[in-house]
Amino acid sequence: MYNVNEKGFYGEFGGAFIPEMLKPNVDELRENYLKISESEDFQREFHQLLKDYVGRPTPLYFSKRLSEKYQTQIYLKREDLCHTGAHKVNNTIGQILLAQKLGKKRIIAETGAGQHGVATATVCALMGMPCVIYMGAIDIKRQAPNVARMKMLGAKVVAAESGSKTLKDATNEAIRDWINNPEDTHYIIGSVVGPHPFPDMVARFQSVISKEVMKQLKEQSHKSKPDYVLACVGGGSNAAGIYYDFLEDTEVGIIAVEAAGKGVSTGESAATSQLGRQGIIHGSKTLLMQNADGQITEPYSISAGLDYPGIGPMHAHLYASKRAEFISVTDDDAMQAGWELSQLEGIIPAIETAHAFAVFKERKFEPDDVVVINLSGRGDKDLNTYMEYFNL
Amino acid sequence: MQLIMFKKLCLYNRNMNRITKKLKAPHKLLSIYFTAGYPKLEDTVEILKRLQDSDVDMVEIGLPYSDPLADGPTIQQSSTQALKNGISTKKLFAQIQDIRQHIEIPLIVMGYFNPMLQYGVSQFCKDVSDIGIDGLIMPDLPYDYWLEHHKDDYEHNNLKHIQLITPQTSKERILEIDKQSEDAFIYMVSSSSTTGSQIGFAQEQLDYFERIGSYNLQTPQIVGFGIKDNETFSQATSHAKGAIIGSAFIKMLSKRGLNGIDGFIKNIRQP
Ligand SMILES: Cc1ncc(COP(=O)(O)O)c(C=O)c1O
Repeated sequence: MYNVNEKGFYGEFGGAFIPEMLKPNVDELRENYLKISESEDFQREFHQLLKDYVGRPTPLYFSKRLSEKYQTQIYLKREDLCHTGAHKVNNTIGQILLAQKLGKKRIIAETGAGQHGVATATVCALMGMPCVIYMGAIDIKRQAPNVARMKMLGAKVVAAESGSKTLKDATNEAIRDWINNPEDTHYIIGSVVGPHPFPDMVARFQSVISKEVMKQLKEQSHKSKPDYVLACVGGGSNAAGIYYDFLEDTEVGIIAVEAAGKGVSTGESAATSQLGRQGIIHGSKTLLMQNADGQITEPYSISAGLDYPGIGPMHAHLYASKRAEFISVTDDDAMQAGWELSQLEGIIPAIETAHAFAVFKERKFEPDDVVVINLSGRGDKDLNTYMEYFNL
Repeated sequence: MQLIMFKKLCLYNRNMNRITKKLKAPHKLLSIYFTAGYPKLEDTVEILKRLQDSDVDMVEIGLPYSDPLADGPTIQQSSTQALKNGISTKKLFAQIQDIRQHIEIPLIVMGYFNPMLQYGVSQFCKDVSDIGIDGLIMPDLPYDYWLEHHKDDYEHNNLKHIQLITPQTSKERILEIDKQSEDAFIYMVSSSSTTGSQIGFAQEQLDYFERIGSYNLQTPQIVGFGIKDNETFSQATSHAKGAIIGSAFIKMLSKRGLNGIDGFIKNIRQP
């Protein structure tokens, strides 16, 4: 009901609104992704790498001090402990294995903050495949350390100079590259966005998160399932990962946190569900921020990873069907929540992730509610922003 | 009964789509793509007039989009500039509202699906048809989706849906598209690429032109992407009915402005 149907739609959202030039690539992927990724061989290789290379399973950690402060049972799913520092690598491992099975020789990807770019460059180094990362010219300036990491990992970083020169334009450039290289190239998209089958494929690779939570929670708490799963949403991949196995179980509440930027109505925001309308972005029918004429508008958030004008079609459906509760959090509240988590638990989160933690100030939970929050990434990459913000 | 038949026939002739009529011409067709609202916002109508005066057979009016996935740098930049100049769907429709008082050649609007979706697909079809537009090219409106959801909107408004094919499109699918293309043309993308990417045609592309030619499709084909001069125009039309020039025309406009149009077109026709 909440997952993708055989035509690639989540309710009325999703599909593959792509030019004919992309059809062979997307068809090839659609016809093969399940066959390959569900095969025993693939699963064995995938899980072996997740274990030995990524460091899975990541801990599910009961956050005692945060739980005391907010009077509820808060568990942290520690994706920040993944190799490369975020959940992104679960997807890139899956996709590069798939690309190999499809006989692809070259990898391309887009990146905003650089996290997905680093995770892609990492697996390309691991597999010895050439790698081109598209990144908005403005983001290249904002995220210098990640640009350096990608280069050190052997990737070529190409500046997207078109449009607004940020994540959506980097995605356009990656898609154009794929149009121009239809045979030997696989496009490792970084979130649950893009034409079908990308949203479903990425969600499946990230679903390892909810599978682990299910198992770990049974071992660690008196409840067999959470009352809530909670995550920040940029495109929506870490959220899809922690929701996945709970989607159809409506006893589990789903909370999605979007970046309000300077405030939902300030004109500088990335709260897509509040500000967006149905439309097409990057080949998918979903909610997106656009003007009356249907031109896609530029979002704003202090965190580059949430600075995307759309959300994945799964999340648009979860919003429209009211399966998920959507909350938006400002830059300031996210920064304070990041500070608080650092001080209370000794964990410095990525600023994307910090948005999810700001929910506890806005929304009350019952004392015995089990709330599992996806700690999607660590804050090393954001130290400059933290330093500037808090005058450190 | 006879009278009704006769009336219907008259109506049919009068209403025969301009694209359909033009495709019956004996010569190879030259079609030009340009971005509405570029170089200057109010250039749209003047460009159309000059193209007709230079004996262009058909024109694609590009409706600019913020995220034109299928386009290379030249058309992207012209779109970004046109949007900065203030073009929008409504603005374009206002500019060309009376266009049929001056322009007789077939006119096609080429754009992306999202602005059309926001305008309302049915309303969009009705309004362009009232203006006198003959067909639409929407690269990211997939063929099967169009068949299922929007074919009726097009037909009610006597609009042709122009479908793209590429070197990777299977023969099966091409034959299916051929069956459905009723009196329009098939837009044959010369290679798997975005607009404006090629330097000239390689043997591979010439083979592809020949291959499609050998299918003897009932629907005429017009080749686009990579045509920029007399040589590439002749190559593209060796098997096809015509060719479309986009990026090369925009580049010329950026350099020489509207006064360069006539010379540019003459050069394509004869070197
Ligand atoms: C740590 C972290 N969390 C979340 C996101 C947002 O992406 P998504 O919504 O796909 O999880 C990013 C993106 O860069 C990220 O780096």
